[in-house]
Amino acid sequence: MLTADQQLINEDAMSRNRMVRRLGVIGLWLNPVFSYFFLWAPILVLVLFSFNQSRSVASFTGFTLRWYGNILNNVMGAESAFSTELMLNAFRNSLFVGTVATAISTVLGTMIALSMARGKYKGKRLLDALLFFPVVIPEITQAISLAIFFKVVFDWLALISGERIFPGFHTIIAAHVTFNISFVAIVVRARLADMNPQLEEAANDLGANPWQTFWLVTFPLILPGVISGALLAFTLSLDDFVITFFTSGVGTTTLPVFVYGLLKLTVTPEVNAISTIMMVLSTFFIGISLTIQGRAVARA
Amino acid sequence: MKKTGLLLVVMLLALPLVYADSHEYAAWTCPEGFEGQTLSIFNWSTYIAEDTVPNFEDACGVSVNYDIYESNEAMLARIRQGNPGYDLIVPSGGTVQRMAEEGLLIPLDKDMIPNIPNLIPDLLNAPYDPDNTYSLPYQWGTVGVGYRTEVFPDGITSWDQVWAHDGSVAWLDDRQTMFGIAHLFLGTDPNTTDGDEIVAARDYLLERGGNVVAVAADDGQVLLERGEVDIAIEYNGDILQISWDCECDDYAYAIPDEGSNVWIDNLAIPVDAPNPELANVFIDYILDAKVGADLTNYIWYASPNQASIESGFIDEEILNDPAIFPTPEQVANLFAIIDVGAEAEELINNAWDEMLIFLGQ
Repeated sequence: MLTADQQLINEDAMSRNRMVRRLGVIGLWLNPVFSYFFLWAPILVLVLFSFNQSRSVASFTGFTLRWYGNILNNVMGAESAFSTELMLNAFRNSLFVGTVATAISTVLGTMIALSMARGKYKGKRLLDALLFFPVVIPEITQAISLAIFFKVVFDWLALISGERIFPGFHTIIAAHVTFNISFVAIVVRARLADMNPQLEEAANDLGANPWQTFWLVTFPLILPGVISGALLAFTLSLDDFVITFFTSGVGTTTLPVFVYGLLKLTVTPEVNAISTIMMVLSTFFIGISLTIQGRAVARA
Repeated sequence: MKKTGLLLVVMLLALPLVYADSHEYAAWTCPEGFEGQTLSIFNWSTYIAEDTVPNFEDACGVSVNYDIYESNEAMLARIRQGNPGYDLIVPSGGTVQRMAEEGLLIPLDKDMIPNIPNLIPDLLNAPYDPDNTYSLPYQWGTVGVGYRTEVFPDGITSWDQVWAHDGSVAWLDDRQTMFGIAHLFLGTDPNTTDGDEIVAARDYLLERGGNVVAVAADDGQVLLERGEVDIAIEYNGDILQISWDCECDDYAYAIPDEGSNVWIDNLAIPVDAPNPELANVFIDYILDAKVGADLTNYIWYASPNQASIESGFIDEEILNDPAIFPTPEQVANLFAIIDVGAEAEELINNAWDEMLIFLGQ
């Protein structure tokens, strides 16, 4: 039997417990609210100001679709302002560089991942370690080393052929491939690690040659990994500023480099508009990537 | 006597009209032989009129690559690591000198630039490029004081008003400009390399820095806009920017009578440019009276082009704004900054850092 005092103490403790629990519930509820707020508030401001009538970001003066209209006009081939033209050229450059660099690095990255998972050769350990290099070394270091590398190679080629080579899309794409390969390889390798190796052995037993085994068994199973690796590479390529800045040539300005160039003066709402479009596209791609991976996991 | 004076004034006022009438303007024509070529320009952002480049492409039958940068340092970084293929760049005065010393510029071919006499003579032969071997002015402007008109209804005419103001003031974080202003009062050379004179400038500013709340790196206009300061020492373009943005008369810009810093951005050709001939042609095109005027009408910086000014092609509103075009008396008191060399630069940096510490910034 409990004494009256003890009962009182217990009730006290219990009510305190209830309080803590209630606070916890509120905290849990607030947690996503804050997270979403910090993640999305700046982006919402960007989207909001893409509809601003004034060119200044000091105040919102009214709703307009003019900036989107300018972009649409240019895309439809109508005459447009020089500054809009410059920005859209940069946007096109970004898409071009992103697409080509992604295609190359996805193929190479997948090949590296396969060779690391299945192959047996000397120097595999070293390659394994080196693969993480672009992921861990500071971007600026990589940018400068690439810039110097291209300069040395081009000077050397000029000496041999007598023809000067300028940096351009080829240098940007080569640079993007170097850092993208690692990301693709890492993602694909994680997928390969989850795969049951007996499936390949079974295919072999049933008379499939290695080529058939790869295309009929291995590839469909790692496809979700390859796609998410490619999407990751595309996003990184689209975002990259530092490496692109140091390796770009004339007329190959990508969107991030272009926007950075505007910093001294005003960033026009057209930049907000194009960023909003880019963000919607990225969200769309990530959505696809997640859906594919989700389905693959559900099936496995 | 009085009548003669009046007559003279009338004649002076009528001069632009006479000029416009007597000299029928002939549109710029491109020299033969450049069809199908390419010109690559590397310029500051929003620093060209919408039709400047398209018109040049049409006139010469060439195509133009146009890239932008946001600071002299960013441009310099690109050229230093090996010119990626630009034919024309727009460095500021001190940067011209530095690049010339490092062998990063090639001399202009003045035979290809017959429009050079269009330029204001005072802006030529600047100390950073004495014979204009490497560069010709593109646009120019001043450093002065931006202030709140409600605090200074009668305007600002002297630096002493800035030093003595009972309220908050922001200085510009540009050591050579700020010390240069002090040198104006001390009667020493704004680009002095003498250690004692630099220390004297430091002490001069230190004594007058009691009201300084910020030494702003190029964002004094934002502090002014937010009402955190009553005066900001800034570039004219930055103060004009906030005036347009708010579409109000809350802010004004003035160059104090004692003088101030003048900055000039210049057209120059970087080393290893693939097409320097076409770059020289483009420079001539920019120095054309009409093209130069269109440029200024769009970007609202002062034109170095005397012919543009006299021809009446530049909007009156811009021409009569002392924040854009300083008066001849003001121009006489402006000083340009040059690269003073590593040794003096270190003296200046030390003096500046000491000053900041004592100011509590």
